[in-house]
Amino acid sequence: MHAFLRLPRLSWRFIPVWQRNYLVWRKLALPSILGNLADPMLYMLGLGYGLGSLLPDVGGMPYLTFLAAGTVAYSTMNAATFEVLYSSFSRMHVQRTWDAILNAPMTLDDVMLGELSWAASKSLLSGLAILAVIWGLGLYGNFWMTLWLIPLVALVGFCFGGMGLVMNAVSPSYDFFLYYFTLAITPMVLLCGVFFPVSQLPQVVQGVSAWLPLTHAIDLARPLVVGEVPGHIALHVIALLIYGSLGYVVALALTRRRLLK
Amino acid sequence: MLKVRGLTKRYGATEVVRNLDLTVQRGECFGLLGPNGAGKTTTLRLLLGLIEPDAGSIELAGIAVPQCAREARMKIGVVPQMDNLDPDFSVRENLLAYGRYFGMSKAAITARVPELLDFAGLASKADARIVQLSGGMKRRLTLARALVHDPDILFLDEPTTGLDPQARHLIWQGLRRLTGAGKTIVLTTHFMDEAERLADRLAILDHGRVVAEGAPRALIESHIEPAVVEVFGEGLADWTHAHAAALCQRFETVGETLFCYTDSPDTVIGVLKQTPALRYLHRPSNLEDVFLKLTGRDLRD
Repeated sequence: MHAFLRLPRLSWRFIPVWQRNYLVWRKLALPSILGNLADPMLYMLGLGYGLGSLLPDVGGMPYLTFLAAGTVAYSTMNAATFEVLYSSFSRMHVQRTWDAILNAPMTLDDVMLGELSWAASKSLLSGLAILAVIWGLGLYGNFWMTLWLIPLVALVGFCFGGMGLVMNAVSPSYDFFLYYFTLAITPMVLLCGVFFPVSQLPQVVQGVSAWLPLTHAIDLARPLVVGEVPGHIALHVIALLIYGSLGYVVALALTRRRLLK
Repeated sequence: MLKVRGLTKRYGATEVVRNLDLTVQRGECFGLLGPNGAGKTTTLRLLLGLIEPDAGSIELAGIAVPQCAREARMKIGVVPQMDNLDPDFSVRENLLAYGRYFGMSKAAITARVPELLDFAGLASKADARIVQLSGGMKRRLTLARALVHDPDILFLDEPTTGLDPQARHLIWQGLRRLTGAGKTIVLTTHFMDEAERLADRLAILDHGRVVAEGAPRALIESHIEPAVVEVFGEGLADWTHAHAAALCQRFETVGETLFCYTDSPDTVIGVLKQTPALRYLHRPSNLEDVFLKLTGRDLRD
């Protein structure tokens, strides 16, 4: 058993794995961009204008701005989650691409780090698209401040990529992922302040919300959009890093047990 | 090239590989035979350093496995049992992507691709998608992919399972070219004709142990009588009772067939001709007879 629990050994050899995914993505970039980016943008604009016109300021800003900041975090979370759930699972379980790579001088540590970094890259892309809309519609307070959103979305992608890899490791089939969406992702979307301020929730629920990774992401993203310095930066960044790295380490141990037994 | 001593792997209470000793010389084609579950694939995974042994040592081209598995794998090419070509890439791209996993530069791989495509007989399919390839073409591409980094030794796990005879012959031809060029091959198979044709030496594995080892011809000569007469038809039981023990060195009934192992098939046939209801097949004994003698005829699932 102990062999599965060995800590990850990180190396630059994850790059060919990242590159493999990038090259495949490049072939299908257009439908992929539409699928990944159009959906959150439609929600943001539809709800932002439609619902926003009925609302006074929310959290001290126009609803569209409020929602845009939430969507940066939420679309990034989704991009990374979909990537490490459905796409990584295809590569690991269905196409056996990981098996092929593991016969080369590569370890599972390298392969999964490649997958994680690729998921973060997809998140970056998704976040940049929302950011472009924020810039285009002038939804920001301070342009230079919004540039901090770029490393933030990559970090959010890392966080949710790491967590999603755990699901990938334990899943018997694609159907299993629905549990994760229903029990983790959707509740987070509702509890972490994407569509409405967390302060609207009962006190107890607010307490739970404070621990969830998406809350940390949004607590950083929203001030950056309106041009303020976020509070507790170190806390939020460390929380996101911990969720992501812990996810990666646990996922690696579970996947070792799954593939290398 | 490959030296294995006392290799043991346990899963729970079951010993999947038991105290295995193997030596394979450079340029040799070595066959690992055995029924399903005999430990062939586990042995290959141990040799690659993908799993860790409970006891024993492996030395591959002088490199200790699994301690230095990464260095060792630079010298190994693998053709796995199940095709795992990358379906998102074309034939050429599969080779390019795979070379990068060995740290090769794009220029180095690109320079090698024409030769590999030519070897696999896929030069005209370079830009085809994987789904457009036949089973035989996929196997040949997997073989070419295993050669991308010019390894010294090749591991092939049942390389021709599921292929039609034409496709199998093409693979065999390719493998003989490789051993001709000085590559070492370790091959698992449960096709006896394949092992007899390709392997210079082979080991028969059962329940994780080597039950016989040697050149195919030598194994046949040392384990089994030179000829087999298979008898089947109406009245077989009576005939067996009356003649088998007297005529054959060894015999066994499997289903509705009597296998008569003998030095003097002509005598057996002479007697058989007196019972026209019985049909027979006379053939020289082969590796399959050795295999069945040593591993039994029970189904392994």
